[in-house]
Amino acid sequence: MATKILLEHVGVEGIRAIDTYLAHGGYRSVGKALKEMSSDQLVEEVKTAGLRGRGGAGFPTGMKWSFLDKKSENPRYLVCNADESEPGTFKDRYLMERIPHLLIEGMITASYALGANTSYIYVRGEMMPVIRLLEKAIAEAYAKGYLGKNILGSGYNLDLYVQPGGGAYICGEETALLESLEGKRGNPRNKPPFPAVSGLYGCPTVINNVETIASVPWIVNNGGAAYASIGIGKSTGTKLISACGNIRQPGVYEIELGLPVEEFLYSDVYCGGIAEGRELKAVVPGGSSVPILPKELILKTAAGEPRLMSYESLAEGGFVSGSMLGSGGFIVFDDRACIVRNLWNFTRFYHHESCGQCSPCREGTGWMAKVLHRIEHGHGKMSDIDLLVDVAKHIEGKTICPLGDAAAWPVGSAIRHFRDEFEAHVKNPDSCLAKHLHGAYAHAASIM
Amino acid sequence: MEFSQEIKREFDQIVARYPQGRQKSGLLPILHRVQEEYGWLSTEAMNAVAGYLQLNPIEVYEVASFYTMFHLRPVGKYVLEVCRTGPCCLVGAETLLQYLQRKLNIGIGETTPDGLFTLKTVECLASCGTGPVLQIGPEYLYHEQLTEQKLDQLIDSLRSKS
Ligand SMILES: Cc1cc2nc3c(=O)[nH]c(=O)nc-3n(C[C@H](O)[C@H](O)[C@H](O)COP(=O)(O)O)c2cc1C
Ligand code: SF4
Ligand code: FES
Repeated sequence: MATKILLEHVGVEGIRAIDTYLAHGGYRSVGKALKEMSSDQLVEEVKTAGLRGRGGAGFPTGMKWSFLDKKSENPRYLVCNADESEPGTFKDRYLMERIPHLLIEGMITASYALGANTSYIYVRGEMMPVIRLLEKAIAEAYAKGYLGKNILGSGYNLDLYVQPGGGAYICGEETALLESLEGKRGNPRNKPPFPAVSGLYGCPTVINNVETIASVPWIVNNGGAAYASIGIGKSTGTKLISACGNIRQPGVYEIELGLPVEEFLYSDVYCGGIAEGRELKAVVPGGSSVPILPKELILKTAAGEPRLMSYESLAEGGFVSGSMLGSGGFIVFDDRACIVRNLWNFTRFYHHESCGQCSPCREGTGWMAKVLHRIEHGHGKMSDIDLLVDVAKHIEGKTICPLGDAAAWPVGSAIRHFRDEFEAHVKNPDSCLAKHLHGAYAHAASIM
Repeated sequence: MEFSQEIKREFDQIVARYPQGRQKSGLLPILHRVQEEYGWLSTEAMNAVAGYLQLNPIEVYEVASFYTMFHLRPVGKYVLEVCRTGPCCLVGAETLLQYLQRKLNIGIGETTPDGLFTLKTVECLASCGTGPVLQIGPEYLYHEQLTEQKLDQLIDSLRSKS
């Protein structure tokens, strides 16, 4: 049985209430950290754990914490990124809905490690029910003395607030999130300065994903070395994978990093195989922004090694034959799914969500969406396929924030691995495999 | 327009979450509260928010128009927001959206003549494993694993509530 660090108590009846949560060992890490450990020791413990950011980029969390400018006279802030809007990703919502106190506990312990006395959880506005749950959990934590002044008699003070977003994918990007939290449009900032030096209100700030912060209590309770002993190589610990698409058992699974992709996909403990007895065609393994891989390359690397669910193994082969673990949004396509239609949908999404500050992103995503729309709807030209590759290249790496890359990578990889499907759409518009899904073509224009 | 004392007290509580002089941080939560109260954000309401937060009205308009959750025009009593992003489309969101348009006899972005329903599309709601999905404000509860039958029941129950 795989180790459960985040979801261990998720099935427990009443676990959303603080008394039940406490009865199952909840908030132990707060007492241990505040009374027995210095903030530097905590940062060291997280470094030893090898924990890496679960928001998508996989940056080592302990290192990020140690970059925080502690010499500054200004207050320091911890901001939790609960914006979760990367298509295919639904693990943070799951965690906050099922066990809200785990995130609150992690926020307290992590805030102490960073020396922050005010912290915010920025939740996308669409998750209003989750916001209410978190607010209730926070009120309970105040009532029990885990938040507020002089927590557990330690002399440490912390106020924790929930902030709603307003509906904008870009606010998941950490500097756009900070702008939004300051009450502005979600326009990403130029970097440097990085948030560790100048973040919220110009003060030193750490931004971490929900799952990252929720992993901290276990590390405090069991030690960084115990955490590092789970997983494989530099992919330590467990990871939540949200699996969706054409599989028998969509859902959120906690895996030990290093699990073979094939086992994750076909075992009844996880995805349970492809739905309706169909065949696997392709997988986008880390949220809509990462490259798509065809069946042959998701199950095995180009060198013929079994592909594992880890940062390194999923990235093996670079963008020629690999992808990324990203946010853990595992989207599965069966043999009836249309790669062109899905790519058009994703590109349309990025165009819709571009904040518009950089011309390559603003114009390029719109251009690609238009070209993909015409290929999907039977008006494409053969030269459109290379045009897409060219536009994507002119976006990648040339923008203020990585949304531009996130829009470009799926285009490059889909054409690299499925060029024949794009050509077939140009030659014979009726060849689209996904007609059963979208009915009449006439309708499709309206979804733009 | 003037907000009631009760709502203003809620605004005060929101603003107290931020450091002195950073009351602008309260803009999004306050706009949500105003929309919950009035159904949408009129220019008068946004001006009143600007007055309360000591901002220029343009600072409120530019934010309200940036974020997709804010309605800058009147909407129906129930705004049905259907996810239209890739993963939901893999499990039938597009055909359901067509069904809903036929059933309500309106297009996307339109409101039924009785003022009851507005149909909107939204991007991924972090519910891709239980798609197709829609949500309805101001509670924003999720309705997941939608089928035509479930949509029929949902629409019927909302109609009978009004
Ligand atoms: C366009 C875009 C959207 C993002 N969306 C999210 C998100 O919804 N949640 C998240 O945690 N990180 C998101 N990120 C990553 C954040 O910028 C940031 O790296 C992350 O929150 C850091 O936390 P971590 O180190 O714990 O992963 C996004 C990045 C980009 C460029
Ligand atoms: S890359 Fe796109 S989303 Fe990011 S700052 Fe530029 S225009 Fe905005
Ligand atoms: S794609 Fe619809 S909820 Fe994610």
